Amino acid sequence: MNYKELNLIGSSSPHIRTKDGAGHIMGEVLIAMALPLAFAVYNFGPRALATALVSAAGCCGFEWLYRAALRKDNTLGDLSAAVTGVLIAFVCPVTIPYWILLIGDFFAIVFVKQLFGGIGKNFLNPALAARAFMLSWAGEMTTWVGPRAAVPIAGAFDAATYPTPMALLHENNLEGLTQMYDLPEMLVGLTGGSMGEVSALLLLLGGMFLIFRKVITWYIPVSYIGTVAALTFLFPRGNDPVQWMLYNLLGGGLMLGAFFMATDYVTSPVSHKGQAIFGVGCGLITVFIRYFGSYSEGVCYAILVMNLTVWLIDKNIRPNRFGVVKAAKSEKKEAAGK
Amino acid sequence: MAQSFFGGIHPNDQKAATNKKPIETLPPPARVVIPMSLHIGAPCKPCVAVGDSVTVGQMVGEATAFVSAPVHASVSGTVSAVEPRLHFSGVPVMSVVIENDFNNTPCPDLHPPKDPESLTPEQISDIVKAAGIVGMGGATFPTHVKISSGLGKVDTVIVNASECEPYITSDHRTLLEHPDEVLGGVRILAKLFGVDWVHIAIEANKANAAEMLRLKIAEEKAPAVVDVLQTRYPQGAEKQLCQSITGRQVPPGALPASIGCAVFNIVTTMAIYEAVYQGKPVTHRIVTVSGSGVNEPKNLLCPIGTPISDLLDACGGVKKSTFKILMGGPMMGHAQYDMDAPIGKGTNAILAFCEKEERTVEHPACIRCGKCISVCPMHLQPVFMYQYEQAGMLEELEKANVLDCIECGACTYICPGRLYLVQSFRAGKQKINNARAAAKAAAEAAAKAEAEKAEKKEAKA
Repeated sequence: MNYKELNLIGSSSPHIRTKDGAGHIMGEVLIAMALPLAFAVYNFGPRALATALVSAAGCCGFEWLYRAALRKDNTLGDLSAAVTGVLIAFVCPVTIPYWILLIGDFFAIVFVKQLFGGIGKNFLNPALAARAFMLSWAGEMTTWVGPRAAVPIAGAFDAATYPTPMALLHENNLEGLTQMYDLPEMLVGLTGGSMGEVSALLLLLGGMFLIFRKVITWYIPVSYIGTVAALTFLFPRGNDPVQWMLYNLLGGGLMLGAFFMATDYVTSPVSHKGQAIFGVGCGLITVFIRYFGSYSEGVCYAILVMNLTVWLIDKNIRPNRFGVVKAAKSEKKEAAGK
Repeated sequence: MAQSFFGGIHPNDQKAATNKKPIETLPPPARVVIPMSLHIGAPCKPCVAVGDSVTVGQMVGEATAFVSAPVHASVSGTVSAVEPRLHFSGVPVMSVVIENDFNNTPCPDLHPPKDPESLTPEQISDIVKAAGIVGMGGATFPTHVKISSGLGKVDTVIVNASECEPYITSDHRTLLEHPDEVLGGVRILAKLFGVDWVHIAIEANKANAAEMLRLKIAEEKAPAVVDVLQTRYPQGAEKQLCQSITGRQVPPGALPASIGCAVFNIVTTMAIYEAVYQGKPVTHRIVTVSGSGVNEPKNLLCPIGTPISDLLDACGGVKKSTFKILMGGPMMGHAQYDMDAPIGKGTNAILAFCEKEERTVEHPACIRCGKCISVCPMHLQPVFMYQYEQAGMLEELEKANVLDCIECGACTYICPGRLYLVQSFRAGKQKINNARAAAKAAAEAAAKAEAEKAEKKEAKA
């Protein structure tokens, strides 16, 4: 056989790579979000699906436009814009007007992500930064419908403001909350709230899927939820610490934040130890805002604040150098022996 | 159960293509090209001339330094050229070309020592050197150097049969088909270093070899234990293997002997036995020919110096769509561009790829997932080292311990952003070493100038 005819590449090793590329990973995140999204449709009506699709399309569209305008390569294939789009929809009430949603998409993709260089370069979580910006429309962003609301895709709906579990928790009205929703309802998500945050159970399942698929590690979710659990149990408002703790864990955006927001690769520490510190920080700030802020929920701002500390954590948490730790210990022993 | 190292990856081991295929002998090649550099260290000096007839096992290149190993003729015949020829490293290297007379005449000067049992460690080391034995797992570090630098310091001898690179089955087949020679080598090593037993490290995906070896060891009361290790790349890397077996970590820049370990590849161990008991130098080796591009994957016993094309021909050639041909494993092997290049002492595999093995993208982008950190067996942070290298920040790169990198490629394998991580560290290490050499040269020049000045002053005074 004449081997000179082959068109051979001569590159440096390694010559094989895992099949799990960036697009693959983001695809798994989308799969993990499918169940909570399905529940949002069940709980809030078809508008939930429309909101998610519009938001995903908006993010992809803005990313494509920005990169085409600047003659950069098309990055839609990594699916990270689609993930951001669905996450923005998840942190909005189902009644959010589509135009506000699109403003949020634009802000997330262009200001938070692309102006810093695109995927991997932003320092804030795009979806949460968009939510913080969208709260400029405070009325629209805090209009809640009740569970099983069946909001139509377009047209009029009953916009009566309905208290969310977080609002009642913020008023320290645990008794009122327990009367309104029992714990199974809280777990399954038959409550009012942002469209993707209500079903703690399905978010937990999605998060477990991501951990099982090695998309995320358990360090951030466990340290985050653990910190909130410990603080709310130790400093309860009302006379039942267990119930207070459970309502705090199941209400609001904690599960969504801990599994899908705080674990965003780009805006969380790269090392496992750093991730644990990051999670504890998120937990501390979340409880701080819930207890002492005038806004009822703290997850969004807690994660955004901790996003700003990532460089500091990464800079200071370095692995032990191979071959050095043991030597230092034995030297210490020797020194002690002398 | 053995201990473990941090990180690592689990690529598909792809060994099923060849791990049940017995070793076949390659049809004798018409010509072999024996490069003077088949090891790490000083190249050999040719000691035959054009027109000389040579025999199998006759030395054709003599070692020129301590860290060097002689090379031997792998076929009998006539020397047709002594000139630089293409080497598998990609550049021409002085080589001895031998036309095969197909008589396979053995060298008459080769005799096993009269009483191999009573040899001193120094004598064994000399025999190993004369036989041209080098690390045959691929690193090709001269084995006699490892022996003499480890004597008196080593309390743990490890025979490396982990074969952690995907596709390769040459060590596995060697174990299954030549257990007596391997155990003979193990006995020599145990005596040499004065240890009660030698650890034979095997990855769990070679359970049949481990089982067979255990029975054999029990039967013959051989001074060995079989350690079955998790199948995880780079389990067979020297530092990681020492850690897996002993829990000790080799300090930065040091050799395994500094923590009392000596690691020998399984084929090296067999070669030591053959040299000491049969007087045979290294002239042949077992090569796995595999990969998606190869028509009939095989394990072949080949004379060293056989052109790669002969091996591929013996396996039915390669597919037309083959885009890469490697010498060595897919994680650390070298891509070859000319199939006239000869196989060497460390060539454990020839692989041809024609499918989606590479998965490169046009615009690699880091997504900061940190997977590179969690797979790095040397506890490094590739994500930051890459940024430093790309920005030309050599000082930071060095502080990030890039020189500890063993270039196993686990980070590049796992990277979802498809970055060229280990490739950039190779470049970075080179730049740092160049800068060090330049700084050293500058300092020496300055010192020289200073001395001259002082001399002049003295002369004036």
